[in-house]
Amino acid sequence: MIRTEELLLNVGPQHPSTHGVFRIIVKLDGEVITEATPVMGYLHRGTEKLAEELTYTQIIPYTDRMDYVSAMTNNYVLCHAVETMMGLAVPERAEFLRLIVMELQRVASHLVWWGTYLLDIGAMSPFLYAFRDRETIVNLFNELSGARLTYNYMRVGGVKWDATDAWLDKVRDFLPYMEKKLVEYDHLVSGNEIFLARIRGVGRYDAETAIDYGLSGANLRCTGVDWDLRRTKPYSLYERFEFDVPVGRTGDCHDRYLIRLEEIRQSLRILRQALEQFPSGGETMGKVPRVIRPPAGEVYVAIESPRGEIGCHIVSKGKQEPYRLKFRRPSFVNLQILPKLLVGETMTNLITILGGIDIVVGEVDC
Amino acid sequence: MSDEEKKEGAKDDLEPDATSGSQRSNDLSEELTAANDAERGESRLSAAEAGTESAVLETGANTDTSDPIDLERESRSGSTAESGVEHREADQETAEARAARAATKAATEGGAASPPAPADPEREAKLAAAAEAPAARAAAKAAAEGEAAGPPAPADPEREAKLAVAAEARAARAAAKAAAEGGTPSAASGSAEQPPAATSPRQPELDGLVALIRDAAGPDAIESATLNELNGDLPTIIVQSDHLTAAANALKSAPQTRFTYLRNVSGVDYETHLEVVYHLVSLTTGRDAAIKVKADREQPQIPSVTPIWATANWNEREIYDLLGIHFTGHPDLRRIMMPDDWEGHPLRKDYAPLDPEV
Amino acid sequence: MGGMLDDTLTWGNAFVFLLWGVVLLVLVLGFVTYAIYFERKIIGWMQLRIGPNRVGPLGLLQTVADILKLLIKEDTIPRKADRVLFMLAPALAYVPAFGVLAVIPYTQDLYFADINVGLLYYVALSGITTIAIVLGGWASNNKYALLGGMRSAAQMISYEVPLVISVVGVIMMSGTMNLRGIAEQQGDWFWQWNFLPQIIGFVVFVIAAVSELNRTPFDLPEAESELVAGYHVEYSGFRFAFFMLTEYVYMYAIAALTTVLFLGGWHAPLAFLDFVPGIVWFLLKFALVVFFLIWLRGTMPRIRVDQLMGLGWKVLLPLAILNVFVTAVYLELFVK
Repeated sequence: MIRTEELLLNVGPQHPSTHGVFRIIVKLDGEVITEATPVMGYLHRGTEKLAEELTYTQIIPYTDRMDYVSAMTNNYVLCHAVETMMGLAVPERAEFLRLIVMELQRVASHLVWWGTYLLDIGAMSPFLYAFRDRETIVNLFNELSGARLTYNYMRVGGVKWDATDAWLDKVRDFLPYMEKKLVEYDHLVSGNEIFLARIRGVGRYDAETAIDYGLSGANLRCTGVDWDLRRTKPYSLYERFEFDVPVGRTGDCHDRYLIRLEEIRQSLRILRQALEQFPSGGETMGKVPRVIRPPAGEVYVAIESPRGEIGCHIVSKGKQEPYRLKFRRPSFVNLQILPKLLVGETMTNLITILGGIDIVVGEVDC
Repeated sequence: MSDEEKKEGAKDDLEPDATSGSQRSNDLSEELTAANDAERGESRLSAAEAGTESAVLETGANTDTSDPIDLERESRSGSTAESGVEHREADQETAEARAARAATKAATEGGAASPPAPADPEREAKLAAAAEAPAARAAAKAAAEGEAAGPPAPADPEREAKLAVAAEARAARAAAKAAAEGGTPSAASGSAEQPPAATSPRQPELDGLVALIRDAAGPDAIESATLNELNGDLPTIIVQSDHLTAAANALKSAPQTRFTYLRNVSGVDYETHLEVVYHLVSLTTGRDAAIKVKADREQPQIPSVTPIWATANWNEREIYDLLGIHFTGHPDLRRIMMPDDWEGHPLRKDYAPLDPEV
Repeated sequence: MGGMLDDTLTWGNAFVFLLWGVVLLVLVLGFVTYAIYFERKIIGWMQLRIGPNRVGPLGLLQTVADILKLLIKEDTIPRKADRVLFMLAPALAYVPAFGVLAVIPYTQDLYFADINVGLLYYVALSGITTIAIVLGGWASNNKYALLGGMRSAAQMISYEVPLVISVVGVIMMSGTMNLRGIAEQQGDWFWQWNFLPQIIGFVVFVIAAVSELNRTPFDLPEAESELVAGYHVEYSGFRFAFFMLTEYVYMYAIAALTTVLFLGGWHAPLAFLDFVPGIVWFLLKFALVVFFLIWLRGTMPRIRVDQLMGLGWKVLLPLAILNVFVTAVYLELFVK
């Protein structure tokens, strides 16, 4: 009787496909995984502890660095939480600007995901196409906020910098270009036999598991659960716009892939409507007291980031600094299902599944 | 000096206690010389003023010179009726919390008290012994009397203001205790006092949840139930940790709530206790709720909800790692963010890293 | 050149053979250098960037610089690695690669060896490289390398079978295993080349060849993003250069073989174009095949190992056998 020994393999912390400094200890029986244990904390920077000594405006740059691929949504969740606590009204122009940058950020984040996912799967070229298109968005953000990755753009009560009409025109021009590119990408990848063989049926789970594990974003919607915070718990101006929320059926990587691509399309749709309805003139900051001191109490708000539900739980004692600031990070919660999904899979599928969950380690560790 | 005097001045039945107390007090007095002048001074003052006895045993430890800064402590130690008995029975607050709170109060009130010395287990233990009694006494007195009145104090606007603050805090605690016993909604958590809430459209929701939890977990499961106005009238229920599992199960499976989705688990370190907040949402109705559980700071233990909502797994590990709350029944409770051999729980308010340069 | 093979072996002849060998080696190395350069350039253009363009005019000396860098690197051998095997593996991988070049005919008169079992010789030698790869993976004392080596062994063995069987049809049609003979017999018009009558065999051959070369979409042994370079992860410096050299020399060999077996060798595609020397046609077809391999690399994702095995055994092998059967029936009915 031939007996093979179990092999203990370390995937990471330095590994081209783990999307950051993240480690999975994998027990292999040949090529089949019998057990997988994620180990994280390599990128833990103590944001929550630091936040207890910083004013809310000072915390905003820290939020940029949590989910660095999608910094605008992180900014927003913090500002929105403080505004909810204080009952501040944000002027319409500022809110439109926020929504526009958040949707552009969603497109950029999904492009990064798409490019890196395909790179993991083995196709080298889509990575560069995705980054070429993301370059346009990042340049737009650069023009608007001065930075390409960590924007520090939003403030409690509004946004820091106003957008010129020229900038809005550039966004307008980007939309049809991106839609054309999406068609190209579909032709290149989505129908590719090899790609489909790699992705279909991989990493499948059902709705009950997804809900039990607290998954969010495309990870939840791929199982058929129609839960998108922009629609079910609307924030910002999402109620004014028409958009679809793509929902999957089978709960495998293929569905997650299609959902994210479709979300790009829907974001472009929202952007188009937002640009049409954009107010001419208006303030970029609301009436905010000079010293931001939310009343004592606590609040939890959550929004839909490209990765899922990002939430901000603030406990305030009426001071300028939060007493306790906790971020509910979608990548952290979504990653919990990884050990469960990996049992019985091959090493190759580990990469496929991990990529399909779409994590950013900065957010996993916070 | 003062110990003996106080002991002799001590009332009646508590002589035996006085003895042991004073012994402890003697040890303590040396320890406490370096810090907590204010506390000790006040205690002595108040003892002298109130002329009370057994309470003085504990406070007698704080024998050195005065600075009547920490008036809460003073007034509490002043009101010492059943202390001698009570202090053995009452719940304990950790020395750290006590000292920290006292120190913070001293600091915020502009007192001259020096900050407490860095944590030293031996000292802390002794501080605990010293701290126990006044707190216990205060709670007992508050419970017994409702609104505890401050002892007669020299006319001093600053002191009176501080006394008022202290009284307020006591009132809040008393109200909370009364609410826990009586089960009626009390002031919103986290604030000292609030006017009674106006009827909100979500009040029936809250009532329904309260009823549901009472049915499932027993009448004394709920410590308080409020609507969090800042968060859109979010029903916020403080559940006793023993009844958490039953309550959570009910919330998850009851057809009228169906809270199948646990959004967020946060741990918070209120210096007197630790707290875990669970934010729930129902994917079918869209309704949300928050459940809070308090944990003692010394030995924080809360039943894990991982068997109920699997998503709590890593969340609880993170809270364990950073705050030190032990979740009983968790399948794999170990550190998640910090290295496995890390000592201490970084997110606690009194966390001092072993290596100050870290 | 071929004529000299029939003479008695004198010192002069031997010296000429040696010289020609050196010339071929230099040519092959030149090919490798510029194949790498063009691969980087072409993939760069496909990815909306320009490839290397700094070192030398238009970046032509890039590979030279890279190889020089590899050669002057420190020779690290992992401490617990099996030294002898570790050092042997790259050499063992490279020698057969160069060895198979002996049987490739470039034109009617330009060939090195005229073996009657040329095709068999080719297939046999290329199997030795598989052993060398497994050896490299094992000797590295590294789990990733081991996994990569095992995968590669499985892959290469799986695809050698359809590779060989797919050319059986060609052999049947040509009646010989002599590569020169096979190339000669293909006609002067492109529809007379073997790739059309043997279309199934051609397709199977191309797929199996890509897999033999360990190139995308079959580059699992070197799957960068999964195994961090697979079997050659512990190799650095000139040992690594040897593995890369092996891969590109095999690319040369396979491209040449495809040209000879299926694309008519040195024949012009249209008969009236035969004033252009055969070697030019050979080179053009050869370049086309190399370009196709590079193109595939820039486009396709990677196939999974179990799907790869499934493809090899369940799809390609039956197809190859079917091809043999159909060819046999055709020959029986229409030719005999």
